[in-house]
Amino acid sequence: MTGLVGAVVEAWDELRIHKLRVLLALVGVAVAVCAITGITAAAQMMNQVLREQVERDIGRPTTLVVNAFPLGESGPGTAAQYDAEFARVVERYGIEYASREMFTQLRFRFPTGAQDVQVQVVDPEYGVMRRVQPAQGTWFSESDVDRLAPPLVVNESFLAQLGAVDLSSHPTVVLGGKSPVRATVIGVVEDRFPEEGPTAFLLYDHFSRWATPDPSFGPMIPSLQLWVPPEMADELTEVVRRDLQAALPNSQADVFQQGEGFDVLDGGVQWVITGIGAVALLLGGLGLVNISLVTVRYRIREIGIRRSFGATSGRVFFGVLMESVVATSVAGVVGVIAAVVVIKNIPVESIFGVALDDTPPFPRSAALLGMVCATGVGALAGLIPAIVAVRVKVIDAIRY
Amino acid sequence: MALLELTDVTRSVRLPDDSMLHILTGVTLSVDAGEHVSVVGRSGTGKSTLLNILGLLDAPTSGEYALDGTPIGRLSGRARARRRGDDFGFVFQQFNLLPGRTALENVAAPLLYARGRAFWSRSRLAAEMLDRVGLGARLDAMPEKLSGGEQQRVAIARALVRRPRVILADEPTGALDVDTGGEVMSLLDEIASDTGAALIAITHDLAVAARAQRHYRLADGVLVPLTLDSPGHVTEWVGDLPVSRPHGAVTLPSGTPAVAAPPAPQHVRGPA
Repeated sequence: MTGLVGAVVEAWDELRIHKLRVLLALVGVAVAVCAITGITAAAQMMNQVLREQVERDIGRPTTLVVNAFPLGESGPGTAAQYDAEFARVVERYGIEYASREMFTQLRFRFPTGAQDVQVQVVDPEYGVMRRVQPAQGTWFSESDVDRLAPPLVVNESFLAQLGAVDLSSHPTVVLGGKSPVRATVIGVVEDRFPEEGPTAFLLYDHFSRWATPDPSFGPMIPSLQLWVPPEMADELTEVVRRDLQAALPNSQADVFQQGEGFDVLDGGVQWVITGIGAVALLLGGLGLVNISLVTVRYRIREIGIRRSFGATSGRVFFGVLMESVVATSVAGVVGVIAAVVVIKNIPVESIFGVALDDTPPFPRSAALLGMVCATGVGALAGLIPAIVAVRVKVIDAIRY
Repeated sequence: MALLELTDVTRSVRLPDDSMLHILTGVTLSVDAGEHVSVVGRSGTGKSTLLNILGLLDAPTSGEYALDGTPIGRLSGRARARRRGDDFGFVFQQFNLLPGRTALENVAAPLLYARGRAFWSRSRLAAEMLDRVGLGARLDAMPEKLSGGEQQRVAIARALVRRPRVILADEPTGALDVDTGGEVMSLLDEIASDTGAALIAITHDLAVAARAQRHYRLADGVLVPLTLDSPGHVTEWVGDLPVSRPHGAVTLPSGTPAVAAPPAPQHVRGPA
């Protein structure tokens, strides 16, 4: 115990006394650690940005998409029958996030005249499942299902078509059809691309209540999306399909997983990035070896004196090694802190054009990697000087 | 049992031309606890080699070295290092203080290799020892800010801070003026006596050597006993020989002693 503490104290003293030398030697290591940690963290941050983007477009990983439709005239004749079976499946397997989804065109009466608008019919959970972030107002909540007037979440183009610039005027719009109803705009999402036309989200239950689809097209059956835990995804894919197939005779039921394993930065790219950081670290380490070697030669007499105090060759070896390890560890901490400061202050929105929904904390793995690299380089850089120090002949060293 | 005992010790090194250089030849020496022994000799006679062997920094080529009756040759390198730290304190001619460290840190340095309470209380012990050598007010002084005498006092404090059983002093006054050297030696004698440590001083200064209870001369690697400053006599170097002469007598040229050294005691082997 005292041996270990003594070696660390000795190493720390040596660093304290030779601050300038240590500082010069460690600038390279600190910068390299900052680079390798920062690059790793930035890559993970970028991955998160891209992951969220993908999840907005196609859904979370392990989202099951359920499609069911009648086979010919003999299948179930109404959407309500499918709807009821979907509800049973969600309840039976205790699935927390489930949403029906359907795309359709509905007529809205804008101040400029009636216009058919692309409408996405969903359930409130869809917002969480697809990371929908309204720029204004809110997404649907469960209580919105019971409103008398249908709530709408529209895009900016839709809002502009209404002649409104924000939600402060509580804009409403008449949803046309055989039973016209005045819908209330409760949220606005950004247009997905420039020049996008008006679009809207409408809750499925309100769609069923107010929309009057053309019966000649047959029942409008939504798809069902289920966001399930990864460990249950495979099993549920099969049992949901089997259950629906059994419950809906003369129907075709398909279930597939969506959004599986879409790591945008694949392993190869990560390795290239890590490799660049490793080369930077190696160069920093070589500088440290160089300075350490010169220093050991300069300290030969001191090593001899310490041997006269009773320092074993093992202790001398460990002491010199520890100097390097303690020094690079300190540089590692500095490098990691610098990387955290840099990464935390990256303006993600202005760089990537989107705000992060779940801003990830600074990845621990990146910080750990930086510290491990710094300590490893310290041990390697200290190895050669430590061997040189042990080979010093004590009696020559004292006279040096 | 003697504290340390050299029996017929030799030390030789092989030169680049493959010939052997015999630095020490048949050295036999026995030192008891608390004894003060001095070894005189001109430069290059093997004094430092003898001290290095005594302090376990070097090993004999042949012969036996026993510490507390334990043959040192049977100890591992690690065990020798431990005994060096536990049992020996070194005082060097050039002080050999660690650069960049205060007087306190220098004195505490050997305690970094100690165990238990001595390790954890190293700053307090070092401060006490510096106070003991009269430098209690200079704890935070850097070596370069201290005079030569003060630096050697720090070195003495450092040699004694682990309470060694043997103090090995290699030309302890070699870098000091006569007065300061005298003060330093008085201090070394005093503290060695107080702590009961044996003091082995290697010097070419006959006045320093005369302070010891027993004196030896090392010439061409051979250790022989020597009598210094017997009553009514003074001793000085004549050529390679320390020579005693009556006060007022004229030293003869070419190294012939006016008063011959007494014959060697039985336990010391003289030159062949």
